[in-house]
Amino acid sequence: MAWRLIVVLLLAALPARAEQVVAGLSQTRVSITTNFAGSEILIFGAVKRDAPAPAGPPLEVVVTVAGPSAPATVRKKDRRVGIWVNTESVRIAAAPSFYAVATTAPLDQALSQTEDLRHKVSIPRAIRSVGVTEEAPEAQSFIDALIRIRSETGLYQELPGAVELDEQTLFRTSIALPSNLTEGDYATRIFLTRGGDVVDAFETTIGVHKVGLERWTYLLAHEHPLAYAILSLGIAIAAGWGASAAFRMMKS
Amino acid sequence: MQIYLPIAEVSVNAFVLLGLGGIVGILSGMFGVGGGFLLTPLLFFIGIPPAVAVATQAAQIVASSISGVLAHFRRKTVDLRMGTVLLAGGMCGAVLGVWIFNLMRGIGQVDLLVKLCYVVFLGVIGALMFVESLAAINRTRKGVVRKRKQRTWFDALPFKMKFRTSGLYLSAIPPLIAGAFVGVLSAIMGVGGGFIMVPAMIYLLGMPTKVVIGTSLFQIIFVSGFTTILHATTNHTVDLGLALLLLIGGVVGAQIGTGIGLRMKAEQLRIWLAILVLAVCGKLALDLLIEPAELYSIAERVR
Repeated sequence: MAWRLIVVLLLAALPARAEQVVAGLSQTRVSITTNFAGSEILIFGAVKRDAPAPAGPPLEVVVTVAGPSAPATVRKKDRRVGIWVNTESVRIAAAPSFYAVATTAPLDQALSQTEDLRHKVSIPRAIRSVGVTEEAPEAQSFIDALIRIRSETGLYQELPGAVELDEQTLFRTSIALPSNLTEGDYATRIFLTRGGDVVDAFETTIGVHKVGLERWTYLLAHEHPLAYAILSLGIAIAAGWGASAAFRMMKS
Repeated sequence: MQIYLPIAEVSVNAFVLLGLGGIVGILSGMFGVGGGFLLTPLLFFIGIPPAVAVATQAAQIVASSISGVLAHFRRKTVDLRMGTVLLAGGMCGAVLGVWIFNLMRGIGQVDLLVKLCYVVFLGVIGALMFVESLAAINRTRKGVVRKRKQRTWFDALPFKMKFRTSGLYLSAIPPLIAGAFVGVLSAIMGVGGGFIMVPAMIYLLGMPTKVVIGTSLFQIIFVSGFTTILHATTNHTVDLGLALLLLIGGVVGAQIGTGIGLRMKAEQLRIWLAILVLAVCGKLALDLLIEPAELYSIAERVR
């Protein structure tokens, strides 16, 4: 809490910013336990002003949550000698494992093209695909496919109108994290915009980590693979023998 | 009840996994197949990443095969001697198979190789078994006693061994070659190889069906155990949580399946296995022939 106070104080010390965002999260860490089935993060805050709200275009709020990025290869199937096989593929430098963007108004209204390019807010901008289009002229269709496939499983979410803004001051939204989350730090950003220009921004992270048995299993599998393999086989052998013995006892 | 799997990193319903394990276990006990050719596509279907599905089902197959083989041991329907000879061939074949697999991966299109292997072998074996068992059923109806096939060149081979449980006296070379062939295929296709081994033992080696199942299970334990260790140490893709749920269902199913299998006639058993193999083959062939709804796919790096 202390550092957040410092951030707020530092922001307050900065001169000549008409509107500032003061934000909070319902939780800054998500624990993946054995019965983890997704999570809902509540993101809320207020707009701090020294003077009355300026006239002109209305205030808009844009909230993004991004999971850790990793390279991805998108493959396309094509018909060859009567059967469907993978033919072309495009490698995308970095794509977030999860990405949600929630806004008060449709994204193209809340944020101008230039600001989107600068802050990489919309889903296509959040995917780093520099140099891909020169490599393959049809690359855009591969990037669209990546977005389409991940949107269908809830990994990429575009939520226009999902941020509620009261009295031009208080805002809140909730982001649903699906159950098939990747571990890591989830960068959470809040932008205040007017007429498509970013007035103020706030950034924090949500830590998503496995805990307890999940963490133990994961670490053992990666750090002591042979011990893990023997443990797996041991359990398999014991279970097979146990079931056989149990059935024999039941019959006699 | 949703359960989060630590390695697969997805949340799935525990009862679905128990049920899948159970069904595959029953088939395993009935037919002496590991069930990998059935379980792997089913796991893909419920959203388990392919690499994790292939690796984890190997551990599950070890469990259900042990459960099944113990039931067969009690009924003295395991030919240990034959099993050991097949296993020796199988291990050599597996090493060769892994080498071919890596070679194909270097060229690309390993997915296609695996799928085509499935379609071709499931199709050929399924069709042969189906025709043969139909003929066998007709023969028993007409009361014709099947004559033992004359294997002149088989008998001429050296290193003869007595396989008392199978009632065979033949050279160790044909079972060694059969084992090695199955080893190659199982390494490429990522399965225990029971569905190839069972017909090979019946038709190539002339073993009695009742002995075949226990013996096949016996050798599957070792091949799958070896595969589990390989996957766990190189790719870290064995999911203990997933394996546990599948094998609880699997071991119970295997016990039930063994009971059913012993009560059924050998010809009937074979015809049902043939139908099952053909059904899976048909499904895979359709996937290759029909235009998929989504032409694109994302290949994620194994973390």
